[in-house]
Amino acid sequence: MKNLLRWMTCMVLFSQTMTAQKYFTKVGSVSFISASTMEKIEANTKSANCVLDLPTGAVEMAILIKSFNFEKALMQEHFNENYLESDKFPKAIFKGMISNIADLNVSKDGKYEGKVKGVITIHGESKPIETKVNFTVSGGNLAATATFKVTLADFKIEIPALVKDNIGKTAEISIDAKLDAFKKPQ
Amino acid sequence: MNKFSLLALLMISCCTIQAQADMLTLLDDSSSMVREPVTAIFKTTRIINLPSVENTAAGVFDFKIGHRFGFLNSGSKELFGLDQATMRLGGEFGLTDNLMVGIGRSTFEKTVDGYFKWRLIRQSRGKHASPVTISVFGAAALKTINSNPDRTNFYVNNLFYTSQLLIGSKISDRLSLQVSPTYIHRNLTLNTIEKNDVFAVGAGGRIKLTKRTTLNAEYIYVLPNQISTDFKNSLSLGFDIETGGHVFQVHLTNSTAMNEKGYITETVGDWAKGGVHLGFNIARVFTLWRPKKK
Repeated sequence: MKNLLRWMTCMVLFSQTMTAQKYFTKVGSVSFISASTMEKIEANTKSANCVLDLPTGAVEMAILIKSFNFEKALMQEHFNENYLESDKFPKAIFKGMISNIADLNVSKDGKYEGKVKGVITIHGESKPIETKVNFTVSGGNLAATATFKVTLADFKIEIPALVKDNIGKTAEISIDAKLDAFKKPQ
Repeated sequence: MNKFSLLALLMISCCTIQAQADMLTLLDDSSSMVREPVTAIFKTTRIINLPSVENTAAGVFDFKIGHRFGFLNSGSKELFGLDQATMRLGGEFGLTDNLMVGIGRSTFEKTVDGYFKWRLIRQSRGKHASPVTISVFGAAALKTINSNPDRTNFYVNNLFYTSQLLIGSKISDRLSLQVSPTYIHRNLTLNTIEKNDVFAVGAGGRIKLTKRTTLNAEYIYVLPNQISTDFKNSLSLGFDIETGGHVFQVHLTNSTAMNEKGYITETVGDWAKGGVHLGFNIARVFTLWRPKKK
């Protein structure tokens, strides 16, 4: 019994040291632009959650769909109600790996380019995605930016025929996050 | 296998599962604790005639066109009411997300009406959740033609006031319901049977048929012994069709007027006898200014 307890304590301690190498943010900013001949649709949020595991390069990100702010209130309502159906699918999630994470040195200032590959889930639909992440290390701070395009049809986001000229078929997504070293909350 | 090894096995499997679980759970999902308002209880600020618990957002102007054809039972000579029309032009503006004002003018009795709607409590989930939205609605209407030309008419004689409490809830994604206890004060009535103060209860709801269309119904019960028996309770059935910036409402109603004092206390149409209007409302929103958001 004592051995078991000791072993369990070891395990817990070990998992804590693992988490110390994670970087995270809860206030990542994410924006998207979808332009059509008729209208330009723009929205942003500053409450994206993101965790990056340094030794492995595993990265995860979650965004509450309802946190997106639009310039037009009605656009925001329709975005949630008709297009993204945020009551049914409250979050957009990305899970992936940065293959060349070994190149990133958080103790040395500079710019690093990461190759990220993973799966993005929006509106309950998952799709593999590959893009680049630009890391900037300065004075021990880690910042990451990425820009990529998604096609709305891939995520079964339907655009009714009546407004098909008003809404672009793709959206450009930009991510800008400042990551902090993760300390396990006490 | 003794109990301890079983426990140990359980612990190991638990730990492995945890290691594979979302890293995001490390950020202890505080997002679920955010107060999250329930939106789009109704498609627009009116169920049919009744004000709904929806507000025009801050800085948004909502242009309203209301139209009622004549009564369906007016016969073939009147093309079943299509020959006649009564209209209301109006506009609503959101001062804040919770306070809106509106104005309108109806061709019927040349009536001007002005009103405000103030949302006190918003239906929401998460932190400080509320199952209902509660708003107060206040309106004043001025009839600019005189009902009795034989006497001196002061403009105050033609004033009508409406106070309403709107209690609405989005029960599910498809179903929204609302009740509206109403008090109407009329400065001057046609005769002594007609009371100056009238109490009524409106009820309405909608069922979402598709993402962009809903089936709406509303009924207003006027408490007994307040108005002449010639007047009926208002009953309306219709559809909302939303197309981006517009909401089209097509309906059947026994009420002719499109202001509160009219459709609540002066409805003459009788559904049983075909005293029903085909009508429609068009709402078009324009974003006039954009409030700064965090």
